[in-house]
Amino acid sequence: MRHVRVIPVLLLHKGGLVKSVKFKNYRYVGDPINAVKIFNEKEIDEIVVLDIDAGRDQRGPDMDQIKDIAGEAFIPLAYGGGISTIDEVKKLFYLGIEKVILNFQAHANPSLITEAARLVGSQSVVVSIDVKKNLFGKNKVYVKNGTEGIGKDPLEFALAMQEAGAGEIFLNSIDRDGTYRGYDLPLIKELSQALRIPLIACGGASSIDDFGSAIGAGASAVAAGSMFVFQRPHNAVLISYPSRKDLKEKVYSVPRKQ
Amino acid sequence: MLIIVDYGVGNLSSIRNMLKKGGVPAVISGRAEDIEKAAKILLPGMGAFDNCMEKLDASGLRPIIEKKAMEEKVPVLGICVGLQMFMEGSEEGKLKGLGWIKGQTMRLRPERMQTEEKIPNMGWLEVTGKKGSRILEGLEEPRFYFAHSYHVQPEEPSDELVSAFYGYEFTVGIERDNLTGVQFHPEKSHRFGMQLLKNFGEKY
Repeated sequence: MRHVRVIPVLLLHKGGLVKSVKFKNYRYVGDPINAVKIFNEKEIDEIVVLDIDAGRDQRGPDMDQIKDIAGEAFIPLAYGGGISTIDEVKKLFYLGIEKVILNFQAHANPSLITEAARLVGSQSVVVSIDVKKNLFGKNKVYVKNGTEGIGKDPLEFALAMQEAGAGEIFLNSIDRDGTYRGYDLPLIKELSQALRIPLIACGGASSIDDFGSAIGAGASAVAAGSMFVFQRPHNAVLISYPSRKDLKEKVYSVPRKQ
Repeated sequence: MLIIVDYGVGNLSSIRNMLKKGGVPAVISGRAEDIEKAAKILLPGMGAFDNCMEKLDASGLRPIIEKKAMEEKVPVLGICVGLQMFMEGSEEGKLKGLGWIKGQTMRLRPERMQTEEKIPNMGWLEVTGKKGSRILEGLEEPRFYFAHSYHVQPEEPSDELVSAFYGYEFTVGIERDNLTGVQFHPEKSHRFGMQLLKNFGEKY
């Protein structure tokens, strides 16, 4: 049976774990190490950790905190936030990170992608693409935690990243983040059809059925934040992850768009 | 003692952490004198094939590792590119491999795929045992985490230990005498990976 990765995304902010709505309105949801331990026990597929302060504060990754998190992650761990040099990439791998996620630097200095891919293999270099619709309803790429538009179309940008050596694209919809409106299926379809490399869909998931829809639209893997840390309807903090049985029935079985 | 060879490549802390979780003592070392005394060797690897071979040569550890593996026949476990280095060569690079196992490392072949799949293969696959081995003991319906674009193809069918299907079926683990290698990442494959590493630590 084909296995589809279902990936929780954890946001680091001021040392703690937060969850956003549309990349704003951060709410504290707990301690990152504790969350990683719980996800570990649930035998999840992979985890994404993004430090949303590192880039904005123009500092590098917090290596001490990452070391602590990596020490508890017996699952693949991807890290993004503030990575700007190849030495940082090297250090992150030494600490036990499986994949690095580049966002601002992928745009500002695409040669870092190429260099990182040469060092650790393209399968370990992910470019995250944050997308927001502009006034005219056109999808545009944003960097620096969604605060700065670079005026590029997501497809054109994703293909350039693939060309530079990225092994995977992490596509996040700013408009849908934390809203439970479901994934941006047309955008997933557009990008995944054009890309040779895998695409991880993120932004808007509310249920396991949304995962199935994203896979049906062409995503290779699905990611979510709120759904895994909040219990609805009142958004109480509760870490959860779908059972393997539900995943098999509702996600793995979905035929992928070719 | 089990030595995780530090020749400047790979996710060594993760491997040691997982061994520790499984109760297997292990030391990360790049010193020839430690490897000389090793009861078992774990050979990691990551990234480009030629880079790994260059780093291994530059570390000066290659002769001692070859002696331990081929003359003393201590158990060696290769992970990812660590396994690929066991082979004679790789389509990814120009350098020769260690040549311990006959066969090559080849790129995932889209033209062989019965289902259209992306390359690299990133994710979890269930694996099928091709022969009995201590390394597979206690593993029921095991699945492991993969992150690769290349896989090994041993010339001797009897060297194949486990296979997986990603578009087509290919070898994801080999075993021959004291040499064992896996394409996937046991250090990132929660309880299945822990069991496999524990087996290597305790049953070899």
